Amino acid sequence: MLNASLKELFAALAQKKVSSVELTRFFLERIERLNGALNAFITVDPDKSLAQARAADGSIARRDAKLLTGIPVAHKDIFVARGWLTTCGSKMLSNFTAPYDAHVIERFNSSGAVVLGKTNMDEFAMGSSSETSFYGPVRNPWGPDCVPGGSSGGSAAAIAARLAPAATGTDTGGSIRQPAALSGLSGLKPTYGLVSRYGMIAFASSLDQGGPMAKSAEDLALLLNVMAGFDPRDSTSVERAPEDYARDLEKPLAGLRIGVPKEHFGEGLAADVGRAVEAALAQLEKLGAKRVAIELPNSGLSVPAYYVIAPAEASSNLSRFDGVRYGHRASDYSDLADMYRKTRAEGFGAEVRRRILIGTYVLSHGYYDAYYLKAQKIRRLIADDFGSAFGRCDVIVGPTSPTVAFKIGAKAADPVQMYLNDIYTIPANLAGLPGMSIPCGFGGGGLPVGLHLVGNYFSEARMLNVAHQYQLATDWHRRQPPGI
Amino acid sequence: MDWEIVIGIETHAQLSTASKIFSGASTAFGAAPNTQASAVDIALPGVLPVANKGAVERAIRFGLAVGGEKVINRRSVFARKNYFYPDLPKGYQISQYELPIVTGGEVRIPTRNGEKAIRLTRAHLEEDAGKSLHEDFRGMSGIDLNRAGVPLLEIVSEPDMRSAEEAVAYAKALHVLVRWIGICDGNMQEGSFRCDANVSVRRPGAPLGTRAEIKNLNSFRFLERAIEFEARRQIEILEDGGRIVQETRLYDSDRDETRPMRSKEEAHDYRYFPDPDLLPLEVSEKWISEIEAALPELPEMKRERYVSEFKISPATALQLTSDRDKAEFFERSVGAADIVAFPTAPQDIAFTMVGEITSLLNEEGLDFSESPIKAEQLAKLRVRVLDGSISSKSAKEVLSEMWSGASDPDEIIAAKGLKQISDAGAVEKIVDEVLAANAKQVEDYRAGKEKAFNSLVGQVMKATKGKANPAQVNEMLKRKLTG
Repeated sequence: MLNASLKELFAALAQKKVSSVELTRFFLERIERLNGALNAFITVDPDKSLAQARAADGSIARRDAKLLTGIPVAHKDIFVARGWLTTCGSKMLSNFTAPYDAHVIERFNSSGAVVLGKTNMDEFAMGSSSETSFYGPVRNPWGPDCVPGGSSGGSAAAIAARLAPAATGTDTGGSIRQPAALSGLSGLKPTYGLVSRYGMIAFASSLDQGGPMAKSAEDLALLLNVMAGFDPRDSTSVERAPEDYARDLEKPLAGLRIGVPKEHFGEGLAADVGRAVEAALAQLEKLGAKRVAIELPNSGLSVPAYYVIAPAEASSNLSRFDGVRYGHRASDYSDLADMYRKTRAEGFGAEVRRRILIGTYVLSHGYYDAYYLKAQKIRRLIADDFGSAFGRCDVIVGPTSPTVAFKIGAKAADPVQMYLNDIYTIPANLAGLPGMSIPCGFGGGGLPVGLHLVGNYFSEARMLNVAHQYQLATDWHRRQPPGI
Repeated sequence: MDWEIVIGIETHAQLSTASKIFSGASTAFGAAPNTQASAVDIALPGVLPVANKGAVERAIRFGLAVGGEKVINRRSVFARKNYFYPDLPKGYQISQYELPIVTGGEVRIPTRNGEKAIRLTRAHLEEDAGKSLHEDFRGMSGIDLNRAGVPLLEIVSEPDMRSAEEAVAYAKALHVLVRWIGICDGNMQEGSFRCDANVSVRRPGAPLGTRAEIKNLNSFRFLERAIEFEARRQIEILEDGGRIVQETRLYDSDRDETRPMRSKEEAHDYRYFPDPDLLPLEVSEKWISEIEAALPELPEMKRERYVSEFKISPATALQLTSDRDKAEFFERSVGAADIVAFPTAPQDIAFTMVGEITSLLNEEGLDFSESPIKAEQLAKLRVRVLDGSISSKSAKEVLSEMWSGASDPDEIIAAKGLKQISDAGAVEKIVDEVLAANAKQVEDYRAGKEKAFNSLVGQVMKATKGKANPAQVNEMLKRKLTG
């Protein structure tokens, strides 16, 4: 059960080799035993999970199983789930029980999955290390002194330590792909608009996108089949015919053109990561792919542009956390302004406060044109770069993150170093393109390295095909952390 | 030297949609606090706005009415206006800033010197905030979010008005228009239509003076008085050598004065930026044409037509078009009259409508759609006067019977025996009898005493029990006395 794929779990459930209650208990028991060291989950609620598992067993008995019936899935604590504490990793929401389900949660519920628990994350998804959570840092199962990446680090650590077979994450600048890379997993950030943001607590609305995290591309395809779909409650949700994202998994890669951007192999890329990625490129060539050198000339501007746009949107999105209607409110205040000040100073951690300040600044009168408007122009240039690149290749391949997992605390004092973790992942968010990370080897300290794939809009099935074919030929994704 | 008053008006018209601009919650007025606030309206974590098509459609209707398709922006953008207040749940208001849905247009108003066009700067969609209630909570404030997210169209005029009277005429014309095209119920007590006035004064020909904005004027009377007070206040300051401070002021109707809204002028930076949760609002040519095709004939067009086609005076035409029910009543009534045989019937109908019927309706608090007197019956009655069947005096009596429930004027005329004697022979016989019996008056008249003539008319009318046509009697008497 530890290493079973979702397909295998589904078959075991259907053949009554295991019940959903047994499967759910198995993972709950592992969480109970191992979460203390990893801090991957903020909330588990065995009664709720087991009630869903019992219902799933009923469906299986009635031969009424849906896509994921009976399979436990962990959810990043950014998705609101009815009756569940939903904190977004923040003191601000440490008392907030959600009264409704996010679209993503609805989709999992209606496909029969069991909510296994809510996973830890950087506060309001702002971070690349899962250290900024009000609930404490998450540890990487591959190296307990190391971060698992972030912000979806709880989901990553949970799957890596086999506390959950699969999980959801969200990705604003790399928050699915970078933790997937640092934790030896597969993770997919879909095309912007493919997965509804309804009920996903907003960080930067124009960049946020929910997606799956799992042990393999094959699992990701199944999970994306559940998560993707038009939702009229999200105006940025794209209305298009449903697809089977697993349909092309088995296609051979002969003729595939892989674009290799020289900008992603320059200064800042650690040698161990570079070596693993080069080997992966060679492997893809062996599978029939053709390597094409491409340029993304504006990608160097992506981090500064991102750190204007994302904080700008965040500063406004987080204004609703004011202590008036729900969430944390300071206990002692003299008047309204004092209530706002104390509530927000107490409720938000340092990184969130920093980004609210940056965002407020760049939107201020007199600075808007110089920062926000200029960043939007850069954003268009970056999207145009990808547009030309996809004229010459089918998928862009490179490293997900410049380094393997770093030590907890190593970059906490230097925000710019922290922000540079996402230098290869951010451009896809700015352009709204799908991005993916899959394991492609190990670097220093035996820590995993991730291979980054960026596809054209709505080319998820093709990207999953590339990843799956790679995973058929390699076994990096089957490795598990020592001691598991 | 004279002062010129310069006024621009911003109007918030609540759009008459059943649900809010970005959520499915009801917009009905008067519900218990917070019973019409959905997850979106109270800004729970994770919720998202979805624009209400009906609100957009109404904004387009407005644009078409004030300027035609050329003032409708095919692409407009919702923006966030950021500020903290307890009745603003998201910490920002969704509005339109750089790219509103309507740019330009004009509203024509009657003035002492004829019609004047007031130019519109823009009209944009936005959501209303909730309400803070400061009484009844023992030192705390209560928040009612029923209004939060109610759709508003903010209509901004150019500073084209030059007196309180013109400002009121503009506000009234706008008030008529938004109800006319069915985008706003116009209920000022409930806050569905409220005005802010920007007032400044200057010497004629001088550049614009510094303005003060007077907020939330919810009646035409308050609008007028607030502007008058404010203009006087500014003139006094300037004449004393002082300077006007740009500020927001409130009108206190009890004391009939305006005063500053905030003691200390806070420099607000709303940090507007395009709302990333909402795509730019794109409207198609097809949709605009469909909306245009369904648009009713506008009051302005009707007024022009009434004047040219029916020879109605511009002032009466204005009254007839103060609401759509009244204009429709008038047109139905005119349609029922034979205006080829009686070309003055429309003027006659209009006169009765704006006079007697309006005062009867006002007494009962009814409007023309609820009038007990039907448009077709009014036409029938006025034709009976024009064809000489009854006198104007009798018509009043018939009208009052119609008001009380009897509907057919002919039946009333017959039942009350009000029909005039128009048979010339019968009238002549009576005239001859009266002349024979009143030799003295005949002599007096012939001797130049005009009064004697009136007495003779009175005698004839008395003898016919008022049923003779006075014009006919006059004519006949004159002929016989001079003959």
